[in-house]
Amino acid sequence: MILDPAILALSAGSVLTCFMVLYSGAFSAGILRRWDIGSGSEGQLVLERKTYLVSTLLAYAFGFEILSFFLFIHTAGRISGLFAGAMCAAGSLNVNPFGYPTLIVKLANVLAAGVWLILNHIDGRAEDYPLIKPKYRFLLGLVPLVVAEAVLQTAYFLRLDPDIITSCCATLFSSGSSALPLGTLWEWRLPLGLAFYAVSGAAIGSGLFFSIKGRGGGLFSILSVSAFAVSAVSVFGFISTFIYELPTHHCPFCILKKEYGYIGYPLYASLLGGVILGAAVGLLGRYRKRGSLTVILPPFLRRAALVSACLYAIFLLLSTLKIVLSNLKIGGY
Amino acid sequence: MIELSDVRKVFNVGRPNEFVAVRGISLSIEAGKATFLTGPSGSGKTTLLALIGCMARPTSGRIWLQGRETTSLPERFLTDLRRRTFGFIFQQLNLIRGLSSLENAMLPAYPTGEARRSIRKRAVELFEMFGLTPKIHARAEWLSGGEAQRLTIVRALMNDPSVIIADEPTAHLDTALTLDFLDVLGRLKREGRTILVAGHDPLVSESPVVDRVVSLRDGMIEGGGG
Amino acid sequence: MSRWIERQRNILDLTLSSLLRRKRKNSALFAAYTLVVFLLASVMFMSQALKREAAAILAGSPEMIVQKISAGRHDLIAADAAARLGELPGVQEARPRLWGYYYDPVTGANFTLVSSGEAGLAPGRIAVGEGVSRMRLASVGDSIEFKAHDGSLLELEVGEILSRGSALVSSDLVLVTEADFRRLFGTPAGLATDIVLRVRNARELPTIALKAAEIFPETRQVLRDDLLRTYQAVFDWRGGLLVIILGGGLLAFVIFAWDKATGLSAEARREIGILKAVGWETSDVILMKSWEGMAVSLTAFLGGVLLAYAHVFLTSGILFEPVLKGWAVLYPSFRLVPFIDFSQLASLFLLTVLPYTVATVIPTWRAATVDPDQVMR
Repeated sequence: MILDPAILALSAGSVLTCFMVLYSGAFSAGILRRWDIGSGSEGQLVLERKTYLVSTLLAYAFGFEILSFFLFIHTAGRISGLFAGAMCAAGSLNVNPFGYPTLIVKLANVLAAGVWLILNHIDGRAEDYPLIKPKYRFLLGLVPLVVAEAVLQTAYFLRLDPDIITSCCATLFSSGSSALPLGTLWEWRLPLGLAFYAVSGAAIGSGLFFSIKGRGGGLFSILSVSAFAVSAVSVFGFISTFIYELPTHHCPFCILKKEYGYIGYPLYASLLGGVILGAAVGLLGRYRKRGSLTVILPPFLRRAALVSACLYAIFLLLSTLKIVLSNLKIGGY
Repeated sequence: MIELSDVRKVFNVGRPNEFVAVRGISLSIEAGKATFLTGPSGSGKTTLLALIGCMARPTSGRIWLQGRETTSLPERFLTDLRRRTFGFIFQQLNLIRGLSSLENAMLPAYPTGEARRSIRKRAVELFEMFGLTPKIHARAEWLSGGEAQRLTIVRALMNDPSVIIADEPTAHLDTALTLDFLDVLGRLKREGRTILVAGHDPLVSESPVVDRVVSLRDGMIEGGGG
Repeated sequence: MSRWIERQRNILDLTLSSLLRRKRKNSALFAAYTLVVFLLASVMFMSQALKREAAAILAGSPEMIVQKISAGRHDLIAADAAARLGELPGVQEARPRLWGYYYDPVTGANFTLVSSGEAGLAPGRIAVGEGVSRMRLASVGDSIEFKAHDGSLLELEVGEILSRGSALVSSDLVLVTEADFRRLFGTPAGLATDIVLRVRNARELPTIALKAAEIFPETRQVLRDDLLRTYQAVFDWRGGLLVIILGGGLLAFVIFAWDKATGLSAEARREIGILKAVGWETSDVILMKSWEGMAVSLTAFLGGVLLAYAHVFLTSGILFEPVLKGWAVLYPSFRLVPFIDFSQLASLFLLTVLPYTVATVIPTWRAATVDPDQVMR
């Protein structure tokens, strides 16, 4: 185990978060069974009071989740120096079989946490608790994910052994690697690029349309999630190569490094923000007709779609800039 | 405007010190009028005021405010309603020490998200109306009895409530100040507000400002309901 | 949106004024909080800075060192092995090195003696590090007596004192000519302590190491990267150990904070009751208390970090020197290069502010859910 302060902080934080989420999860079961907004009884009052506590706890827990995701990646990048063969986070995550699963589960949790926080915010603005049951059902689904993340992350940190020789991202992500069939990704850059621009453009367009006209929220939501998937693959597939100016370097982690101006952070942050808002628009749209939401929801959804579209636009702009200004040309050197 | 139907309030239900404060009260409060609740201590006056003012929930029975039932509203909703509809004047004044009079007065409007400037403007106007302008920045604990009383009235008026509830407001005031207070009540009534006062003071109950007197004893209305 | 901002502003206003009103009551907590942040931050800043120093210094060292191993111990190697190694493809330069440790009975310190191949040293003259000069009270022109291997005394004149800037490596260093070295230690001609190799392409290192092992099976190859990793690991380990020890202090602080939050004074309780009576919701009160916690946390955090910065980078971390730098008679006195990054601050934040915040959530909530009609009784 490597006693790095960041690792200690991440571990301690994830244990705390786990407890907070488990406590909240236990409470959710109670809510889903006994909540009755019209009763005014003593039991109902106690439940209402407790929701304040749970909301506060979860706001902190999920805030931490999002922060810890970035810190985790940053730390993995930083400790790569301790492992022979690693030059960026890709290598450190590969040291034991828990690294990449931890990352994936953390990513899923960040997305879910973001959506839940938005749900909670809306529920808080309406006086009649319209989303109380969906919210806590969602939370119950999140509990195993958060626990899994804590377990995986702890296993990963515990099994970090500087004596293990790991691979560098060049070997993991290059052509001829048995890990991923990337041999011909560079050759696929044109169709991939086309798909990227098409889907992103559609997502941005539908977002703007929805924010102005108020129609087509569902379509926008689907498009934004697709845009997230396509963009993520694109970063991997060709955007990274233009940033590195090397057709064989596809690593998604090296763009977070200082040498490349930390460009990875704004790119990934805008993608994450965009997909969280887009998914939230889709999810919340289903409850448009519920209670006081008929008044509160539509303006909020339109603003959320606008922000989401802007974030995707930022991503598009940044990537395009990097491609155009790169010394690597689309046709090769 | 305010209807109570067979309202009961029991404290410490199921425990050895169980206490019934209000037992089966039905009452109708008319809008724009001043009602005076009287009765010995322990008769449930304060509890009844709290129930009417949406500060507490009845153990059983129902309460309607301007046609809308408040008994089973979620707490969040209830608080928002209370903030907009009621202004309270407490027996113990309940001013926060260490804060200036102005800040004390502005408190009820803080959570509404209204711009600070407009809250301040309104407060200053009210201070003017009640002759408290020289004491704007004075600390609350330095005010005299009468000034503090007027400050609580200003505070109660901050959110422009339609109902004013006052619990034993003249208990610590001399005759002159009591008459001043009654003048204020009259003015508020003329503005169209509903007034609800609880207390023992005969100066108040026999004043022409008061339209109706309700007597309470042991948690019930004497001489039947209203 | 602007309503939300106004609400925060108004509530924040009340928060700050309450905090200032109760300065004395909160001062113990605030002091403890700042202390905890200060200690943790000092440890982190210091170990991070030391790691960077080590890395910077090692950057100049050779990529590979070949040493002869005899019966499991380091032995002298034939100097002409260098020529053979220099012929390997990818090796830019191969050079024999002469160095050793000298125990000085006068001061009880160990000096590192290095035979400097570079010009600049006349026979009988040495260059010493500032630690040596300090210990033996020798400045330029003074002589230091060394006890040679055969018991005789060898007097060497100090020609130069190595710069302070390189103190971390050179503090206990003594540079001698080859002749004086062999005279002092009795190392036979033709033998060297080890051979250093300069290799330009890092990727070729494993191949070259393998080939060197083939040609000279009795040797071991020490790679610079391995050294670097070891130093990083040591500083990490020491730093981490300190953090864990301080964890006890952190826990005590968190319990203190929780206790304080639970035992709200009667005055504070009354105030919350009044707020609820005049129309504040539970969530508004929770917001106010959260802002209170945030204000205290951020101020303590900032204060602790600034103090730690001053402690580590202006006074070279006097409190933690012994643990982090290691035990030795000769301490290089050097200034650490200031370095703070996001990751350190984020970890610090998570280790201090998060536990404090979580500890105060439940007491805060309990205080905020008081019944408004309490105030009427």
